[in-house]
Amino acid sequence: MVNHDRRGEPKKGGVVLSERTYEDRPNLWKRLLKQWIFLALLVFIAVFSVTAPGFLTVRNIRNIISYTSVPLLLALGQTFVIISGGIDLSVGAVLGFCGVSSALILKLVWDATGSVGFSIVAGTLSGMIIGTTLGAVSGTMIAKLKVPPFVVTLGMLGIARGCTYLLTSGRSIIGLPIELARIGNYRIWGVIPITLVVALLLIGISLYLLNMTRMGRYTYAIGGSETAAIRAGIPVARYKILIYALSGFMASCAGLVTLARFGTGSPLAGVNSELDSIAAVVIGGASLMGGIGTIFGSVVGALIIGVLLVGLVLLNVEPYWQMVSVGVILIIAVFLDQVRNKDRVQP
Amino acid sequence: MANPLLRGESLSKRFGGVHAVENASFDLHRGEVLGLVGDNGAGKSTLIKMISGVLQPTSGKLYWKGEEAAFSSVSYARNLGIETIYQDLALADNLGIAANVFLGREPARRVLGFIRVIDRKLMDQRAEDILARLQLRLGSMHTPVWSLSGGQRQSVAIGRAIFWDAELLIMDEPTAALGVYERATVLKLIKQLKKQGMTIILISHNLYDIFETADQIAVMRRGRIVECLETASTTEDEVIHMMIGTEAQV
Repeated sequence: MVNHDRRGEPKKGGVVLSERTYEDRPNLWKRLLKQWIFLALLVFIAVFSVTAPGFLTVRNIRNIISYTSVPLLLALGQTFVIISGGIDLSVGAVLGFCGVSSALILKLVWDATGSVGFSIVAGTLSGMIIGTTLGAVSGTMIAKLKVPPFVVTLGMLGIARGCTYLLTSGRSIIGLPIELARIGNYRIWGVIPITLVVALLLIGISLYLLNMTRMGRYTYAIGGSETAAIRAGIPVARYKILIYALSGFMASCAGLVTLARFGTGSPLAGVNSELDSIAAVVIGGASLMGGIGTIFGSVVGALIIGVLLVGLVLLNVEPYWQMVSVGVILIIAVFLDQVRNKDRVQP
Repeated sequence: MANPLLRGESLSKRFGGVHAVENASFDLHRGEVLGLVGDNGAGKSTLIKMISGVLQPTSGKLYWKGEEAAFSSVSYARNLGIETIYQDLALADNLGIAANVFLGREPARRVLGFIRVIDRKLMDQRAEDILARLQLRLGSMHTPVWSLSGGQRQSVAIGRAIFWDAELLIMDEPTAALGVYERATVLKLIKQLKKQGMTIILISHNLYDIFETADQIAVMRRGRIVECLETASTTEDEVIHMMIGTEAQV
């Protein structure tokens, strides 16, 4: 039997399975569409640079970074969750709970020992541990008790937010050492905000975990086909718990960044920010069906949210329009995603 | 003759009051292709699930290379060298060919002495090698599996199974849902594996596939292995009669 490849040239020996091959490259239009969200970000930046006075100043860029940091950090963890086919609605509430509980612990330790440095370290570490634990608890219920992620994390949202109000009686925790806010607003060489450094570090960790480790590979595999993952002998439950724990950890980092920036622990920190994080991830090209998504996309998605907010404020537009525009972009993003994947064979 | 590679002795599996498999015994010798046929619900899937470690028999024994073995889990069976390719292939569609071949067993290397990373280059090379051994060309090892055709997906699953030095390959309906051309290539692939000395249990509805590839045919009906036949000395008609349980003429 003589096999012919797509160009009709006979091939030498072997079994050639024809029909579709990888050479069926998407055309130029589709390839552009793939990066359209990055182009959209550049367009927004260009438009605001021209129309909004002072948009491209160091001060304003710092503003964008600080407004972007919370949705960005939450989106990093959310990326793993969504790629694995789940969703984490609790990130905003976990952010808030970690913020106030680490503020309380910080204050307690400060009162007890009188050491500012020690109390800040204790508050930071305990905040991270609490966030990671809450994530792991959600993950355990999802993986072991098979309660749907939407339900578990919605429950966790209520629990964490409620406990935040209970802990604080609804009031901000004040009287924290001034050094905390100094650290939170510190600028390296007077230019680079510490928030940016934290964000870059966590982006780096996320890139490493998602693209270079088994955990990342299994995150994609679980989202692509959980059956396949189980059959391949992957301990799916363990990795799901890890994924939600990572999301909890990222939420706690977002809580700590917020706490350090304002120097007070607000029980309202992170309200509704789970929606921003999901929007960022989905705008960044991830599929809520699981299996698809990138850290790069999610970072771009978060930046779009931050750039729109700051840009519209500079243009003296009511800030509520930012919510409207993010909503519109979110829907367009998902729509274009479907157009892009139309030719995808769904088995 | 030496011990059979796999021997089943009076295997039974009950689900509540249902006898899915009853008193099934068989011998499978090295390098043999055993065709397992039977109507829906005859117990074929239950039988192979006991061999692949997914289910444990209610009673009966399995012997691997002459020694009794409790096939207690999938990983146990896999460590013995038994790989199963399920009907749904169990591929992660969003991942590439190499990623699927190595799924669950990714090789790692260290960067700077302490950071563990997945060794993608090695995975690509080894996956390419294994497909070359099957004389398959599927293009880039990063092509997501969803973009492949049914036959190509089947070959990725086969490639994955034999990569891990499988001694026994169980294939559940490998040609179901394939087009004519693709079916022919998969059958060709099975014959090639047989030539390379692989022992295979092949489940199929399609007697043509079975007669094309199998040395022996085990016919199942209502949980029992009613007959084990040499392919060379039987006919499709005879097998069909045994499957549906009538000696009468059609």
